[in-house]
Amino acid sequence: MSSTLFDRAPDAQPVALKILIAGGFGAGKTTLVGTASEIRPLRTESSFSAAGRAVDDTTGMDSKESTTVAMDFGRITFQSNIVLYLFGTPGQKRFWFMWEGLARGAVGAIVLADTRRLTDCFGAIDYFEQRGTPFVVAVNCFDGAPTYGPARIRVALDLDPGVPIVMCDVRRRESAIQVLIAIVEHSMRVKTGGFATG
Amino acid sequence: MHEPRRRWFDDAAGPFVRPYAVTRGRTRSPGEPLDLIATVVGAAPSMADRMWLEPEHLRLLARCRQPITVADLASDMELPLGVVRVLLGDLRDRGLVRVSSPAPSEYARDEAVLRMVLDELNSL
Repeated sequence: MSSTLFDRAPDAQPVALKILIAGGFGAGKTTLVGTASEIRPLRTESSFSAAGRAVDDTTGMDSKESTTVAMDFGRITFQSNIVLYLFGTPGQKRFWFMWEGLARGAVGAIVLADTRRLTDCFGAIDYFEQRGTPFVVAVNCFDGAPTYGPARIRVALDLDPGVPIVMCDVRRRESAIQVLIAIVEHSMRVKTGGFATG
Repeated sequence: MHEPRRRWFDDAAGPFVRPYAVTRGRTRSPGEPLDLIATVVGAAPSMADRMWLEPEHLRLLARCRQPITVADLASDMELPLGVVRVLLGDLRDRGLVRVSSPAPSEYARDEAVLRMVLDELNSL
């Protein structure tokens, strides 16, 4: 931390990192954020017209057509002065406009998949592949949902061999943390070429 | 101000009227948009500054006297992110708010930082 901001000690400023969580409705985004982190209320702008278009530009957003939508937002504060922020957003293509500022500068993204609705992931996977954002696919194993092995999921989602697939139950804290570990490790491999164990 | 009845997005959202009255209808601040996890820090406003500052600007400045991220600021102040960005843009233009450097993306590429995150996650 190099900067001296006004009269504050440089070490007063935590190191902030973010991970994006994308997934279809009901895939478990809110649960994952709530299980792994301290959940916080956050609203962002959305507009009725933008929701129907596959656009990422809201420049002309008219306040009369706009509303706010709640975002899944959580924070894990570590002792080492690092704060990890989690942002959950809907996975469908029509919400891409919300992701532009989120994906930029992120450690990586978690695509949360529900085996009953795997196609809900396609939009998010396309998005992260196109932008080169490191991502993992986390398969949330719901009670009673069909269970497929990672190999079948990889084929079904047409995933690159390098993209990790994690089976999880995001209601369990240790499982939710394992998903976070998976994306940080993958990001290290992709971005820094560093070797991460596990 | 009398506003006609607005549509509601859903129960969690609510009508969208007041926040943009605060920003005088502006939904975007000129310049590079602030990252959600950019850390901002505010200075004490002078008497001259107080002449043009809106109450929301002052509330926001008071809240960011200690470094705070944009997302935490919006959450604490219960304002939508876009509104907070516009207000911060006003304050940044007047030199009352500074944005942290380095950018969050630099930390996200920093192997030492990521390794510390891994250690922390593994010890949870």
